[in-house]
Parts: sequence; C-alpha cells; structure tokens
Amino acid sequence: MNLIRQWLQRLVAPIDPVLMLLTGLLFAYAFMAVLSASPERAGAQLMNTAIALVVMRALAAVPPQRLMHLAPPIFVGGVFLLICVALFGDISKGARRWLNLGFMRIQPSELMKIAMPLMLAWYFQKHEAYLRLRDFGVAAVLLLVPTALIARQPDLGTAILVLAAGFYVIFFAGLPWKIIIGMIVAAGAAAPVAWGLLHDYQRDRIMTLIDPEKDPLGKGFHIIQSTIAIGSGGIFGKGWGQGTQTQLEFIPERHTDFIFAVLSEELGLLGNLFLLTLYALLIGRCLMIAANAATLFSRLMAGAIAMIFFTYAFVNMGMVSGILPVVGVPLPFISYGGTALVTLSVGIGILMSIHRNRMLVQK
Amino acid sequence: MEFKHPQEELDRFRRRLGFASGFVLFCFAILLMRFVWLQIIQHGYYQTRAEENRIALVPITPNRGLIVDRAGTVLARNYSAYTLEITPSKVPDFDATIDRLSEIIDIQPRDRKRFKKLLEESKNFESLPIRTRLSDEEVARFIARRYAFPGVDIKARLFRQYPEGVFASHLLGYIGRINAGDVSKIEDADQDLNYRGTEHFGKTGLEQRYEFDLHGTSGFEQVEVDAGGRAVRTLARTAPIAGSNLTLTIDAKLQHIAEQAFGDRRGALVAIEPSTGGILAFVSVPNYDPNLFVDGIDSQSWKELNESPDKPLVNRAINGAYPPGSTFKPFMALAALETGKRRPEQAISDPGFFNFGGHQFRDDKKGGHGLVDMYRSIVQSCDTYYYMLANDLGIDAISNFMAQFGLGSRTGVDIDGEAKGVLPSQQWKKERFKRPEQQKWYAGETISIGIGQGYNAYTPIQLANATAALANNGVMFKPHLVKYVTDTKSGEKRLIEPQPIRTIPLKPENIEVIKKAMVGVNIEGTGARAFANAGYVAAGKTGTAQVFSLKGGNYKETATHERLRDHALFIAFAPADKPTIAIAVLVENGGFGAQAAAPIARQVFDYYLLGKVPTAPAPADDAAKEDDQ
Repeated sequence: MNLIRQWLQRLVAPIDPVLMLLTGLLFAYAFMAVLSASPERAGAQLMNTAIALVVMRALAAVPPQRLMHLAPPIFVGGVFLLICVALFGDISKGARRWLNLGFMRIQPSELMKIAMPLMLAWYFQKHEAYLRLRDFGVAAVLLLVPTALIARQPDLGTAILVLAAGFYVIFFAGLPWKIIIGMIVAAGAAAPVAWGLLHDYQRDRIMTLIDPEKDPLGKGFHIIQSTIAIGSGGIFGKGWGQGTQTQLEFIPERHTDFIFAVLSEELGLLGNLFLLTLYALLIGRCLMIAANAATLFSRLMAGAIAMIFFTYAFVNMGMVSGILPVVGVPLPFISYGGTALVTLSVGIGILMSIHRNRMLVQK
Repeated sequence: MEFKHPQEELDRFRRRLGFASGFVLFCFAILLMRFVWLQIIQHGYYQTRAEENRIALVPITPNRGLIVDRAGTVLARNYSAYTLEITPSKVPDFDATIDRLSEIIDIQPRDRKRFKKLLEESKNFESLPIRTRLSDEEVARFIARRYAFPGVDIKARLFRQYPEGVFASHLLGYIGRINAGDVSKIEDADQDLNYRGTEHFGKTGLEQRYEFDLHGTSGFEQVEVDAGGRAVRTLARTAPIAGSNLTLTIDAKLQHIAEQAFGDRRGALVAIEPSTGGILAFVSVPNYDPNLFVDGIDSQSWKELNESPDKPLVNRAINGAYPPGSTFKPFMALAALETGKRRPEQAISDPGFFNFGGHQFRDDKKGGHGLVDMYRSIVQSCDTYYYMLANDLGIDAISNFMAQFGLGSRTGVDIDGEAKGVLPSQQWKKERFKRPEQQKWYAGETISIGIGQGYNAYTPIQLANATAALANNGVMFKPHLVKYVTDTKSGEKRLIEPQPIRTIPLKPENIEVIKKAMVGVNIEGTGARAFANAGYVAAGKTGTAQVFSLKGGNYKETATHERLRDHALFIAFAPADKPTIAIAVLVENGGFGAQAAAPIARQVFDYYLLGKVPTAPAPADDAAKEDDQ
C-alpha cells in the first residue's frame, strides 16, 4: 500500500496541478467535440490523449538545464531533416512535407515548432552577459532558414507557427521596439511583393476571405459553411450532437481544423466564451510561469510556449470564423490528430518542468 | 559592449510579458466581437441559411469515357442496368432482409459475400448493391413487393463493359471498386470532390493510366432533404461532364488476327508504326476477360486466373523479359559496321564451333556454315560469326551500342508495369551481384551475348521498338497506345504527338547492309518458308531463346518437357523499302523462331499490308527447323 502511494507521489510530483487542470478540461472538451463530429474516432482520440499525457509527464521530469543542452543537436537534426524533405520527401496533396524513413513517415516541420524556440532560447542564454544587436541578427538567420524551408514545402500554416515561435523568443529576449516597429512598417511596404511570391492556392484563400460567396461550392465552401455553423449556433447553441451543419456533414474537416465550427454550432456563444476563458487562463498561467522562471533560457522558453498556444488558438478560431485566411493550423488540444497533440503536450511538459525549477526567492 | 544588469533585464522581460498578455487579450477580444457579430447580431440570417442547408448537394457520377480503336470500334463502353441496393443505416438486420429478398430475387452466396465485403469498406449512409444486372422480370417482381422492404431499392447504374470480352485485356486493363490505395491517388491529384460519387477506378492498363481523363467531371444535384437527410425533391442540377474518350493507335481487326494467330500458345506480340511509335497491335496471351473484374471478381475466377500455370494475368509484352536469341544478330552486325570491326564482305571460315578459354562454343549447324560474310551470317543465322564478333567488340562496346536502341531500358509506353530487362555490361554485373567473384565480368561470358543468349533479357516491346528504330533508319519514337484524347464537351482532340526519343547516329550505307540481309532472311534464309509468296518484301530475323541450358548433348525438341522448350522469336518490318509496320513476336516454349513465331508475323503482315484475313491460327511449321538458333 505504502509502496503504491510512494510510487504515485513520485508519478505526480513533477506535474503542476493548475496546468494539469486546465489541460484536462481542454482534453475533456476535445473528447466531447470529437464524439459529436466524428464518433468513430472517439477511441483513437482517447488513445492520442493517453499518449499526450505520457509525453507531458516525461517532459515535466526533464530539468530545463538538460533540455538546454539538447537544443543545438535537436535543432541541427531538425534542419537536416527539413533539407532531406526538400530533396527527397514524399509528395502528398501537392506538397512535399513527409519524409519516408522506410518504417515510418515523419513530418520534420512539426518538430521545428519546439526545436526553434529551444534553439533561440539556448542562443540567447549563451550570450546573456553581453547581448548585442548582432546577436539578434544571428537569431533572425537561425529563424528564417528553417521557416523558408517549411514555407517552400509549401506548408504555410506550420511556417507561420514556427516563425511566430521564434519571433516570440526574440521579442522576449528584448528586441528593441524601434526594430519591431521598423519591421512592421517594412512588412507593410513589402506586402505587394509578398503577394507575388504566394502560391496561387494561397492567394485564392486570401481572396476567398474577402469574398467567399464568389465561389460558394468551390473555394468558398469551407468558410461559408463554417460561418453558417457558428452564426446559426446563436447564444446557447443547438445542443450537443444536434448541429445540422455538423451532423449533415456540411462542415468539411469537421474533426480536425474546423472542429471549432462544430463546437460553436452545438454549444453556442456560451461554449465559445468558456473555451476562450480556458485558453486565456492557460496562457495566463504559462506567462506567470515565465515571469518566475529561474534562467533566461527558461523564461524565454516559457514565454514563447505561452504565445505559441495563443497563436494556435487565435489563428484557428480566426480562420474558422472568417477573419483570417484558411491555413492549416489546428485548434490547440481540441482538433483530432496525434501529432499536434503531442507537440502541444511537449510544450506543457516543458512548462511544468520550468515551473518546478522556478526562482525560489523573489528578486 | 553594454553591461546588463540582471534585475533590469528581468524587469524588462516582465514588462514584455505584460505587453504580450495585453496583446493576447486584445486578440481574444476581437474574436469575441466576431462571435457576438455572428452568433447574436447575425444569428437570424445564419439560422435561415442553416435551414436552407437542408438543401444537400448530391454528386452525379459522370459517364466514363469510351475506349475505341483507330477505326472507331468500341473496346470499352458503359451500359445502364438495374441494381438492387440496400442502405445499411435503414436496415436493422441484413441477413433477415437478404433472406426474404432471396425468395423473390435470385441471390447467390457469392452476392452475399460481396455485399459483406462492401459493407466493411463503406460508410453506412451509402446504398450498396446486393445484386447487379437485374432482369426486367426481377425488377417487376421487386417493385410489386417494394413496400415490404424499407431501405431496399432499385437503382439504375452505369456499368463498364468490354464488349469484346477476352480481347486486348492487357492493354485495356480494367476498372474495379475504389480501394484505399486508389483513395490516396485521388487525394494526391486533388480530385476528392470530383470523386465523391464515384465507385470505380482504373486498376490496370489504359483504364489505369488514363483514369483522370476517362473519369470526367462530376455533376451536382441540389436536393432538398428532410430532417433525416432523405431526399425529398430536386431543386437544381449541374450536369456532369462525361469523361474523355480515348482513341487508340491499335487496329482492332489486326489485334484480333494477331491474338488468334497464337492459337492456344502463350506469348506476346507488339506491332509498331515505325514513323510514329503508334502501337498497331499489342498482344499478351493467354488473355482474360476484363469484365470479370468490374463488380469485384468472385474468388473462384480469381483463383483460376491467379493460379493458372499459363499466368494469364502477366502482361508478357511489357513485363516479360526474354533472351532475344538470334534476333540480336542484326543489331550485333550493325554494331560491327558502325565501330569498324567488320566490313560487310569480310568473311570468316566457320568450322562449326568457336574455341575460347578452353571452352567450345558450338554452332547450331554441325560442320559449320563454311565461308560466311555478314550477309550470310544473318540469312543463315551463323553462330560462329557472332561468337567471334562479340569477342572482338567486347561487352561494353556491345552494351553501349544496344543501349541506343533502348534495349534494357523502359520504353515509356503509356501503360504501367513495364520491366527494364537486362542489357548486360560490366557495370550491370557489378551492381547485380554481391560477391566480388561474381561481380567480375569474364571475357567468356561475352561470347554467348553475341548470339542473344547469356544475361541478355529484353521485353517484347523493347524488341519491337528497336526493330522499328532500325526500320526507321535510326529515328526512334516513344511507343504509345493512345492516338488522341477527345474532350466530350468541347469535342477538342488532344493529340498524343509522336515523341522522338533519339536519332541513333547510323551510317545509311550500314543500315542498307543490315536491311538487305534481313530481306534475305525471308527470301532465302530462315524466314523463307514462312514468307513464301508474300506479295510484299518483308525484312526479318528469326530467333530461338534457350529456356533451359543443355550442357553437352544435343537439344532434342520432342524429348524436352514442353515448358523447357525454347522460346521462339521473330522480328520483322515491311515493306522493306518503306516500312509501315515493325513487329516483334515471341512464342513461349514455341521451339524455333522460324517454326512458331515467323508464321504469326506473316498473318499480321498479310492483313495489315494486303487486307488478307486468315482462316485459322498460324500453323506451326514443323519442317522449318534447320539452322536457326
């Protein structure tokens, strides 16, 4: 009896109860959503959740110091794999994203979502004592090379997430405001050039956002059907499992990227408010952990992970509700799919570990 | 360098965290405003639209494109037939329902098995066929009792049909129900939406290669559905666009004659128009009936086809690699001329054997052919001449020359499953074998390469295309089966242009020497009996490929088991001065080329050049046995 209790204590020791509670609520919400959108996947969803929990617990036990040492090899390995993808990756749906290792297929761009902030946080920690403007230049190069490789696949969704992840680290490391504002101005000026560089389908998505009704059965179909689902949900929703848009299969990809439309239709504005609150609390908790983290590396990592969660949530809900163009970003912790869930759980695990190794004395 | 104060740094970091929190809240506020806009202010509008969404889009599958020969004879078409279908979600107990159905309609255990299989693969709102091709009487019987079978209905569906049955199946291929592999092909081609209502997919042959041309564009029907999702009435309809029709370079009558010429023998034949690369006949026998596969083949037929020792499912014309035997000799002779290793008039004295490295390579003719120049070496198919020649050229010179004729590489014909064959070279051997002592090329191995034996192995289509290139004075085209693809909506024809692969740099006077000798084959040589009184001038070369190596001893055809008999080959083109057809014929275990393969080519040429229709399969000419290795 005692042994079991000891073992249990050891098992839960690295786990932060607040983060665990919030994540658990999200998992429960996700299970409910998948059960309605795609009941045949409920079993697989449970399986994915279990794997995610194991990963989370495993990462929570890795001290930030260890993680930091692993950053350069993970990053270099990730870039190497991305180059392999560019050279001889598998093509699926017109994009080269997968690498066939013979026994399994992997998507190295997913790894970059974590490897990128790890690497940059490592870099800034190394140069903590005498951080110069030049270091931000180096960080920018470290950030842009893999991002460009991913954008070329093309996988705009992942490229945006990786870019954002890296940018948050640089931002928290203290990139001067002058430069940030300069960049925003420059980006605005360069927009027409960027437009020319986009793939046709990417341009279509932006045009679709502006006028989805132009091609209601083709390119506009996703976005029209998902806004109808959200709008028709009203304040209280149509009830769980009662959404006509969902159940009559008008919502495409309703168990993955568009699962938010399912939730909005069936649970209404109140449901959305609940979800937004959960996300806000989760992000808030993560930022708090960042504020009290012991080292620069931990601070940057925690801050970046918090903001990655935000980016996932905002970009996904924004695209499903028709204020952002459609890019392949899942709703964090909710969308069906093992890969994204594992990546996000790695993030939570790292945060738990950072929290356990926080500053014990407030400076 | 600026010195950083830790506390200052931490404060700045926390200020940035504060800014980030503000940004998060700001963005979430935008989202919330959007939700309020959609879910409260615009709620009424979207609710109406959701109601209207009771209008479902139902895909209408387009008619699959036809496949016709160059003259317009239909080789693959569609016909409409009634099927009896069950919608699983509306039928609680299939077995009981099917039992009751079998009282009024004939349902075989085979049909049940197929239905079970479909059930496992499908989503349950689709209706699935339990019986296909109902007779009018059966339709009437069911309709009278329809009320007793909720969830069971009669539907008119289009079926693929290959009207000629067991004919040209290896080039046409067949379609079958979509499986998981097909789904990923559809997704990769970004055709998901277009295939929403489609149930079949090309599995082999042209049906496979030209799947996305043949399929067409799905139409959509706007249907009002009730709360349960059942269609109440049709509101609007976008007509589907039927798939494109394929017009082949194949001449169906020639194809028939070629297939029948084989009788019940096994083998392959490819006839090519040298000036375009268009394939006129493409035979791999035995054949099978592609109709068997359309609705899912029953296990009995599948077993028979799959386990038959005759291997009817193997496409011998592109997938079988055979030693070319003596059909290799004209190309060897041409290599000798081009490299300057032989002059046409240069003669050797053939004692009937060639000694090399303590081994005696025997000629087929005991005592030898006497004095043999290049012309006689081809006409009489003298082995000794080519043993010596191969030795003089060396393996790499042979291999480099033959590669130009496309031997040992895929021709790129427009159906899948082509084998590469083997063009032996030192490099090839190094890659082929693992043990170092096996990787080394021995000079003795070159000798038998000279007469088309040894490691040599080419597909019939490679031989046919090499022959066509020779006939065409070195200009080589990519062989193809489809002449043009016709868009059914616009009527526009997309021509499959003759695609020159390369022009082999050959001296015209050298080509003339070889062609003259090949004409000689059919006048006074090994092909003379098959081409007696032809009425046109055909150039050819017989060949016999050893299946079984008889160490020592003489090859006795009757004494050898049928499956171990030699393969008979024949390559030819005609008319010799202005060739319009080039051919390669292979008869598996047919014995001598002159005996089994040449008479088949004669029948094909007779029809193509003179319009003569044979009355019986090409007879095996048992008298034609001499001097043909």
